[in-house]
Amino acid sequence: MNIHEYQAKELFEKFGVATPQGKVADTPEEARDAAAELGDAIVVKAQVHAGGRGKGTFKNGFQGGVHVVDNANQAADIASKMLGETLVTHQTGDEGKLVGKVMVADAVEIEKEYYLAVLLDRESRAPVIVASTEGGVNIEDVAAETPEKISREVIHPLLGLQPYEIRKLSAKLGFSGDTAKQFGKLLKGLYQLFITCDCSMVEVNPLVTTPDGRVLALDAKFDFDDNALFRHPEIAELHDPSEEDPREVEAAKYDLNYIGLDGNIACLVNGAGLAMATMDIIKQSGGEPANFLDVGGGATQEQVTNAFKIILSDSNVKGILVNIFGGIMDCDVIAKGIVAACDEVDLDIPLVVRLEGNNVEAGKKTLADSDVNLVAADSLADAAEKVVAAIS
Amino acid sequence: MAILVDENTKILIQGITGSFGGRHAQLTLDYGSKLVAGVTPGKGGQKFADTVPIFDTVEQAVSETGATVSAIFVPPPFAGDAILEAVDAGVDLVVAITEGIPVMDMMKVRAAMKDSNARLIGPNCPGIVTPGTGENSHGGCRIGIAPGYIHKRGKVGVVSRSGTLTYEAVYQLTELGLGQSTCVGIGGDPINGTSHLDVLEMFNADPETEAIIMIGEIGGTAEEEAAEWARENCDKPIAGFIAGATAPPGRRMGHAGAIVSGGKGTAEAKIAAMRNAGIEVADNPSDMGQALVRAMG
Repeated sequence: MNIHEYQAKELFEKFGVATPQGKVADTPEEARDAAAELGDAIVVKAQVHAGGRGKGTFKNGFQGGVHVVDNANQAADIASKMLGETLVTHQTGDEGKLVGKVMVADAVEIEKEYYLAVLLDRESRAPVIVASTEGGVNIEDVAAETPEKISREVIHPLLGLQPYEIRKLSAKLGFSGDTAKQFGKLLKGLYQLFITCDCSMVEVNPLVTTPDGRVLALDAKFDFDDNALFRHPEIAELHDPSEEDPREVEAAKYDLNYIGLDGNIACLVNGAGLAMATMDIIKQSGGEPANFLDVGGGATQEQVTNAFKIILSDSNVKGILVNIFGGIMDCDVIAKGIVAACDEVDLDIPLVVRLEGNNVEAGKKTLADSDVNLVAADSLADAAEKVVAAIS
Repeated sequence: MAILVDENTKILIQGITGSFGGRHAQLTLDYGSKLVAGVTPGKGGQKFADTVPIFDTVEQAVSETGATVSAIFVPPPFAGDAILEAVDAGVDLVVAITEGIPVMDMMKVRAAMKDSNARLIGPNCPGIVTPGTGENSHGGCRIGIAPGYIHKRGKVGVVSRSGTLTYEAVYQLTELGLGQSTCVGIGGDPINGTSHLDVLEMFNADPETEAIIMIGEIGGTAEEEAAEWARENCDKPIAGFIAGATAPPGRRMGHAGAIVSGGKGTAEAKIAAMRNAGIEVADNPSDMGQALVRAMG
């Protein structure tokens, strides 16, 4: 799960991670009031999850989702051109994202940019702090070109961050005196936030020093462990469904694991591994998968019906492949779900079904006895070929 | 022989009174496995299916019944604690079926298990099956949620991160007349107890296992490490399959651990590492059984 920049700022403030002064605003008036409390260099930023805001374009023609102004009235003017408008960046896709809030903050003067992140590293099975003197750029590029400029500190999973580890990283970034002290406080807060909120990653890029000697987190990216949200209702509330594919939001309501893609062959599968493999084989057979969809090992008829409706709500979809290996799951439950869904929606595109496993004969009979127009397949490879052939 | 478990293994189930745990406890009994105890705090003294005694603690269950393996069906918020309780009680093997355990809990569990002799399989896994010799492989050891009846006792070891892909592979093997020594689902989470490499080592040392199927998916580098080890050390034929070549980077594909991040964990890299190690990689999941036939020459 991701959160907005202003929400990240609020979390930072709670954990003592220094950030530039600023506020979030819902209206141009609020933006004016927020700006009035700041100096004469003020930045107004559209709040969407996607990157590339600065170079983005609003659908009303207004250029740029990040603007620096020098007074409160200008801040209000810029905010009025962003709020309620749709911003298109290289990460949003052509449909763009609706901007409901702007952040109004002190546009700090930057002396030097750094990179700082805490992430849960699967190889070391521990939190790892990544720091670099190269900030404000893509860290993966730094890792590829100048890996010696990246420091990694593996933190003991049970002991947590130790003072000597902070000193080591501070020295590697070249901090001393008061900046070292400020960095130490910031890192300690950042680590505490990471652990307390069950993050899988918190990335501060850039971390900056200012000419007046401050160390500040200028921009941040969060990734929370979805599996831990049950114990963080306050974090779960930060979830903004308008930032997500509406099909994924709908699927989540029915406990379906759905990820929308750009292709035209939809698939419905039980099991995450088999669902991935089904996407792969669609591509291999010359088609393009429209989605990942795992209905799980214990899917009900209702879930299957809803899964079908979500698949069919995508106008790109020209064909459907159902691939079920019912180990314990009853193939007949899937079959009944398909029939029920087809009763409710008008199925006018090819449907290829491969059923195998538990109670498969009953499942095949349910499908055969129904009015549903479908093509039966023997194996997954056979099914993929049939669905690709059916739409071309 | 098989690995990890055999038909004599005494199993206990933590979370036996839940609907999910109970359903699979019954299927394990039906398969003919030795399910000797259940544990649900507060329900000690009751019986499951009129035959299996339920205890309040794993310690009581182990000392009363001699169970050596615990299967965890406890809900995610309590699963980390349940694993540690089983380790503390001295079982040899903990098989964590639970899906959705916070990754920080697993990080702490792994760190806490560092000096213990117990092995953890999973979490978020289908479990382990060592097929029996009866009809539909009845009489073997089934721990977890895999469909027992698709198995057949034999000489192929199967290791996989995915449940349904394991069943798919096992089903194809059985159809081809190739039985299995043991099938191990190591789970789809980013931090798990046992890796592909660990299981390859066990299969390599097991006299009953003559060939291996290794199934992986995007995310992490465990498949690459296993392939690298196998290239130098494994003297048995291996076939493999990797799922997720078409998955978009940065998205978690159902399993918490199935994510390509920072250019790491791609299907391409895994397939290349496996081919480089002489592993016969199946083109698609329908080809896994045949790939093993090719690997065995």
